[in-house]
Amino acid sequence: MINYQLTEEQKMIKDLARQIAEEKIKPYSKEWDEKEEFPESAIQALAKSDMNAICIPTEYGGMGGGVFDLCLAVEEIARIDGGVATSYAATFLGMFPILLNGTEEQKKKYLPDIAAGKKLCAFALTEPEAGSDASNVKTTATKDGDYYILNGTKHFITNGGVADINVVIAVTDKSKGARGVSAFIVEKGTDGFTFGKKEEKLGIRCSPTRELIFQDCKIHKSQLLGGMEGLGFIATMRTFDYSRPGVAAQAVGIAQGAMELAIEYAHKRIQFNQKITSFQGIQWMIADMGTKIEAARALVYASAKAADSGQKNIGPASAAAKYFASDVAMEVTTNALQIFGGYGYIKEYPIEKYMRDAKITQIYEGTNQIQRNIVALALIKEFGK
Amino acid sequence: MRIAVCIKQVPNTTEVKINPKTNTLIREGVESIINPFDMYAIEEALRLKEKFNAETFVITMGPPQAESALKEAISMGIDNPVLVSDRAFAGSDTWATSLTLAKAIEKIGNIDLIICGKQASDGDTAQVGPGIAAHLNIPQATYVNHIKNINIEEKWIEVSRLLENGFEILRVELPALITVVKEINEPRTPSLKGKMRAKSIQIPVFTNKELQIPENMVGLNGSPTQVVEIFTPSHKVGGKIFQGDPDHIIDQFILEIKDLL
Repeated sequence: MINYQLTEEQKMIKDLARQIAEEKIKPYSKEWDEKEEFPESAIQALAKSDMNAICIPTEYGGMGGGVFDLCLAVEEIARIDGGVATSYAATFLGMFPILLNGTEEQKKKYLPDIAAGKKLCAFALTEPEAGSDASNVKTTATKDGDYYILNGTKHFITNGGVADINVVIAVTDKSKGARGVSAFIVEKGTDGFTFGKKEEKLGIRCSPTRELIFQDCKIHKSQLLGGMEGLGFIATMRTFDYSRPGVAAQAVGIAQGAMELAIEYAHKRIQFNQKITSFQGIQWMIADMGTKIEAARALVYASAKAADSGQKNIGPASAAAKYFASDVAMEVTTNALQIFGGYGYIKEYPIEKYMRDAKITQIYEGTNQIQRNIVALALIKEFGK
Repeated sequence: MRIAVCIKQVPNTTEVKINPKTNTLIREGVESIINPFDMYAIEEALRLKEKFNAETFVITMGPPQAESALKEAISMGIDNPVLVSDRAFAGSDTWATSLTLAKAIEKIGNIDLIICGKQASDGDTAQVGPGIAAHLNIPQATYVNHIKNINIEEKWIEVSRLLENGFEILRVELPALITVVKEINEPRTPSLKGKMRAKSIQIPVFTNKELQIPENMVGLNGSPTQVVEIFTPSHKVGGKIFQGDPDHIIDQFILEIKDLL
């Protein structure tokens, strides 16, 4: 509804993402979802089209764009398939810590290959006992000369098993609490690094979610993110500040796709001898969907632009965008399915997948309850005199 | 290795309507696209570029707005565009078009392989590709569904042709021309860097000043084909059903056929 005055380059990103989504994702989306199959061809098409280069600086072979540009791409992909959008965005989730906190050597070593689409990434923080309580990680990294020995298990890791570059959060000094947590860049194929159970999920089923297992996994100290211990928690928080607008954009895309399908269906569906779009009950549902999506989009774009402008403390803005947009996505997809009526509940129709895919956006990269905590604490700190 | 891909800009046929009075295509407001079969030709050239580090050219003959088709090919990764455009070329049939394109390819020079789509979605003749090969007096292989092998030192290409009753494996000398079918590959989408390059690229134009083709061999004057009439075939529905005993039906049927002859 609203024209966001995109630059020519931003239009290019948006148009190309839409083209890839329509041509290389849409025809296979249902099959990937049913079989829980990794969308290799789609991820490759995105990579070959420089989509992984979007927010990597030009000096490392990227396009030099920002979080906003990434949001445009994620939104278009999620409009067609929320699962492909997850796997696509997860490469940025694994890339951001290197970009934000990596040493110059680490950036030079990894960013060009990521930009060229040769390497996919994953970010490994979550553990069975460390979900929302991110500082409670149990995976350890014990110093041994020029090496660190990693032991522990990460779970629910997006792109686990397919990512070449894994940023892994581990405890280097338990006595220091959150400041004793470090981040390591672990390449696929490293001895002692294996993959465990692949989860069967409600939605985003084509995006692999898997356990990463570290058993006496020996990592050279040059792989310690930022070249110093204790950066793990800070790198994680900074990464989420930059990646959450992407999750929010994914939610907007899922909601947009669901709304379009619902309107298309409603405009063909005849009941009582007329199109059901002629009923005010349906019209008001459509109006609410469109308005809420547009409000979410505006908040997402604003938070992404805040991140790109170099503003400090963007955490509350990206948290607000993430929880607002994902709540909208859940509401819109539920109502879109409602418009499809009984057909919406049947797998032959595409709408139920949107509802399943939407749910995760309220949960991952920080539950919406944690997001509300972030926003509330920031507001109380500012105005609670 | 140097590869030239010949493409044509066509109206997006899924949207084309015919003016019932003039029997011509209504082109206003219809999006122009690269002929879908030519997309496979571009993709195959790009795969050879990646494999053999080949230099790739894309050529189209048409009005100045055909530039956008060339730019799309550039955004997919083709190195060099050439627009063949001159008022003198207007109205060319497949003979004159293939001659003009052959001259343009000669002018580019040292092309080892020419790739065309099997036919254009508007004209549907499938004549321009073979015509170029004929004018250049080089071997051709049409309906290629797979390039099996290329030997650059020994100068040959081995291809599989998709025929009605099977595949034909053919080895031809280079330089050669092939036309490709959709089974050969899946065309890629453009890249962001390609799109940026396409945005700023200067497209060289070959007019007849450069190609120096005699006037009676280009455009309408140089086209042996004459379009006498264009019409939309009328849809005939139904038919005649004969009823009664078999002998009677056969008699009736024969009478009816005699009437038609």
